[in-house]
Amino acid sequence: MTQSEWPLWEVFIRSKQGLDHKHVGSLHAADATMAIQNARDVYTRRMEGVSIWVVESKHVHASNPDDAEAFFDPANDKVYRHPTFYDVPDSIKHM
Amino acid sequence: MQITPSDASALDTYSAEVRHQLFHYVLQLADTSLILGHRLSEWCGHGPVLEQDLAMANIGLDLLGETRSLYQYAAELEGRGQTEDDLAFLRSATEYRNPLLVEQPNGDFAATITRQFLFDNFHYHCLRQLLTSPDTRLAGIAEKAVKEAAYHLKWSSEWVIRLGDGTEESRQRLEKALAHLWRYSGELTTPTANEKALQSAGLIPDYAALLPQMEAHLAHVFSEATVPLPQGVFMMTGGKEGRHTEHLGYILAELQYMQRTYPGLTW
Repeated sequence: MTQSEWPLWEVFIRSKQGLDHKHVGSLHAADATMAIQNARDVYTRRMEGVSIWVVESKHVHASNPDDAEAFFDPANDKVYRHPTFYDVPDSIKHM
Repeated sequence: MQITPSDASALDTYSAEVRHQLFHYVLQLADTSLILGHRLSEWCGHGPVLEQDLAMANIGLDLLGETRSLYQYAAELEGRGQTEDDLAFLRSATEYRNPLLVEQPNGDFAATITRQFLFDNFHYHCLRQLLTSPDTRLAGIAEKAVKEAAYHLKWSSEWVIRLGDGTEESRQRLEKALAHLWRYSGELTTPTANEKALQSAGLIPDYAALLPQMEAHLAHVFSEATVPLPQGVFMMTGGKEGRHTEHLGYILAELQYMQRTYPGLTW
């Protein structure tokens, strides 16, 4: 092998029809076909899924932890952004 | 396992002779998946990467599941009160009826892949035909196993292509494995006298009818792998009639040690 490590892939599994694909973990594989097969063998052994997505980890761009204050703290004191200031009439069901 | 009334009556419709032939055939299938499953289990903890370690353990467990259904059915066909465990743990090498291919050592990853591919290509196509067997038990076992075998064949086909069309070293290893294992591939589709009798009775697939599909897939995979298939090799047979290579004895020694040393042991 000229290249010692296969690239890393992130694995997303849909546990049943109608639900979203959820991130379940990562694995190594030489290409997308192998990544899907490996995901099947590693992450769906106990009926965890009906569909698999894989994406090479290098294509995932993450927010910088150093930005966390600027990104997320301002939302802390803005409770009015939650739709919780309405009185729901008793006759309304299924809310 | 409880025999349902319909199963029992199906068994009763067979003559003693057919029942005996079927017993030997089902035993042959069970021995085959047990021995190959055991070989794959030897990889557990030794795979080249974690993902493939798991893949081989998964396939081994699939085969073991199929093995159990087959031994249970074989025990009922024999009708002498033996259990699946008796059949697996208390028979000698000459009584085992697996083809020679599946008892061959794991070797390197390329040898394991080649052995698996040659077997999967037969296993999958044979199970597909067994789906329509008039023997409903065999058809039922095939229905569960064929989905697993479809994945096994996909997995091993992919790996043959990757190794053949990969690096110089992976190609050399695949070629070496193929040159060694090819001689055991013909036995899979060479019927024994027992299989011929059951084929004539229409109970099991006619292997001649499987060959076109098997050969087409084989040719496709090895052409993608850019590796030529061996030509004019003498095919070894005998495993299905109890004449084995030296390797089977060692497998059984490990597999049967506990029951032979502590008869009746359970845990």
